[in-house]
Amino acid sequence: MNLDFLEFEQPIAELRAKIEELRLVGSDNEINIQEEIERLEGKSRSLTESIFSNLSPWQISQLARHPLRPYTLDYVSRMVDGFEELHGDRAFADDKAIVGGLGRIDGRPVMLIGHQKGRDTKEKLSRNFGMPRPEGYRKALRLMKMAERFRLPVLTFIDTPGAYPGVGAEERGQSEAIARNLFEMAGLGTPVIATVIGEGGSGGALAIGVADRLLMLEYSTYSVISPEGCASILWKDAEKAPLAAEAMAITSTHLKGFELIDDIVPEPLGGAHRDPDAMARNLKNVLIEALDAIRELPIDRLLEMRYERLMSYGVVSA
Amino acid sequence: MSWFEKLIPSRIRTEGGNKKAVPEGLWAKCPSCNAVLYRAEMERNMEVCPKCDYHDRVDARRRLDMFFDPEPREEIGADLESADPLKFKDTKKYKERLSAAQKKTGEKDALVVMRGQLQGRELVAAAFEFGFMGGSMGSVVGQRFVLGVNEAIARRAPMICFAASGGARMQESLFSLMQMAKTSAALQQMSRHGIPFISVMTDPTMGGVSASFAMLGDINVGEPGALIGFAGPRVIEQTVRETLPEGFQRSEFLLEHGAIDMIIDRREMRDRLANILGMLAGESPN
Repeated sequence: MNLDFLEFEQPIAELRAKIEELRLVGSDNEINIQEEIERLEGKSRSLTESIFSNLSPWQISQLARHPLRPYTLDYVSRMVDGFEELHGDRAFADDKAIVGGLGRIDGRPVMLIGHQKGRDTKEKLSRNFGMPRPEGYRKALRLMKMAERFRLPVLTFIDTPGAYPGVGAEERGQSEAIARNLFEMAGLGTPVIATVIGEGGSGGALAIGVADRLLMLEYSTYSVISPEGCASILWKDAEKAPLAAEAMAITSTHLKGFELIDDIVPEPLGGAHRDPDAMARNLKNVLIEALDAIRELPIDRLLEMRYERLMSYGVVSA
Repeated sequence: MSWFEKLIPSRIRTEGGNKKAVPEGLWAKCPSCNAVLYRAEMERNMEVCPKCDYHDRVDARRRLDMFFDPEPREEIGADLESADPLKFKDTKKYKERLSAAQKKTGEKDALVVMRGQLQGRELVAAAFEFGFMGGSMGSVVGQRFVLGVNEAIARRAPMICFAASGGARMQESLFSLMQMAKTSAALQQMSRHGIPFISVMTDPTMGGVSASFAMLGDINVGEPGALIGFAGPRVIEQTVRETLPEGFQRSEFLLEHGAIDMIIDRREMRDRLANILGMLAGESPN
């Protein structure tokens, strides 16, 4: 089994392997091989299209957590010029599960803040698998307040399994740190655009997610609890995660249907990790467009609209 | 059933193996010190054990009843009900869970909000019904909280919230998560109007409720011994694979770590909060 491909992608992986084999043979025998490769490439494309046109929410949540999926800094390096990372909460530590800094997008300076996962084992550990501790949220808040002071729009990128369930995190006021961000972001006097790029895991995600525009990459997820967590509580069986993923409507199309998000950013065929450059280009264009739509608004009007949007969340009957 | 019991004819056998020695409801046992207590005495003592001061959980209406002056009172957002936007179903339908919870508690959802008075001062108070799906926060809880905040702003009256919740309600998925942002934003608005919010965290205050309005009090109060935190102790134990420190996530632990301003005994709640509110309102002592 090719580990770069998920279980439901294995037919594609087999076809890719065949094409690679032919390419090797092709170098010393050129008759008709090129034609065959082209035929198989076409087949691979249509197979991928057909598999990806009908993904289940559980399959999408696997894509959202794919080990090759681009993370915040992968987008920052592709979309942003002159990035200067800013570190630390000025009180306790620099949480590497949340990164932030100044950069220019399309020439315009912005504050960028996002969850960051690690690629190899060592980095995964130092980034704590993208699970922030209180100092991560407090760093994010410090940068947001700075952005407000200097009238810089804030772009956030959400990609976390959730807040870190640890003793120290609780001792240092995890709940308060998340709550404080929700409180402050609701009144932050500068435009905020949040994009879910991978996993939108609960309070740890929302803590940098209160925004004027909320976007989701096509194969990202956003939910109140992980499918596994939900399954183990409600079904008493973590193996029922696929059912929980379905029931909780965690995908971009579902959430757009409920008007909980503004826009879906399309991903390249096979997902963002198959072509990070194309993905970053799509995302950059959408972000510039979203910024253009709100950056000229007077701050009072912007905050009024943000408040109305926040108050509209929820469905009740009387 | 033992062989001996089987020998007894069924008409002589009594139903239910462990027969209670006392009539139901007359006596209560303190879950903490195991003292056997006269129920009426517990009630008089606001469900606090007179022997060990253990604070037992109380339901929403009882809580507000103990807190407010007897008159006047007006409930806010009473007619709101969950609309089940996801048509959620796990092993049971959400709709069924809702009606079971409604039947069990007599409440339509997990938060009760009222306008009333505390020692003659008008205020808005909200209290969680933990028996209603673990006091979980969905759209109705969020909306009632916001209606309470709006009422407080309109009347320039302070707001008190007695939290008791396991967190966000899974059955409303992202709608529930967004209630965290919604309620916190409402408090932001209230804060701009210079109206005080006092958050009283009772046992237990966890997850999305503690990580939103419950931790955003101008004054954060804990009841003695209340479990307060973001992640549940079992989840943390499984993650860090070590036993948790003594008293972890209890009010006393939070006070020690600077997360709450004070711990108030339930029996002193009215007097202490009235004193604080009087000072925040800049009143001279009477």
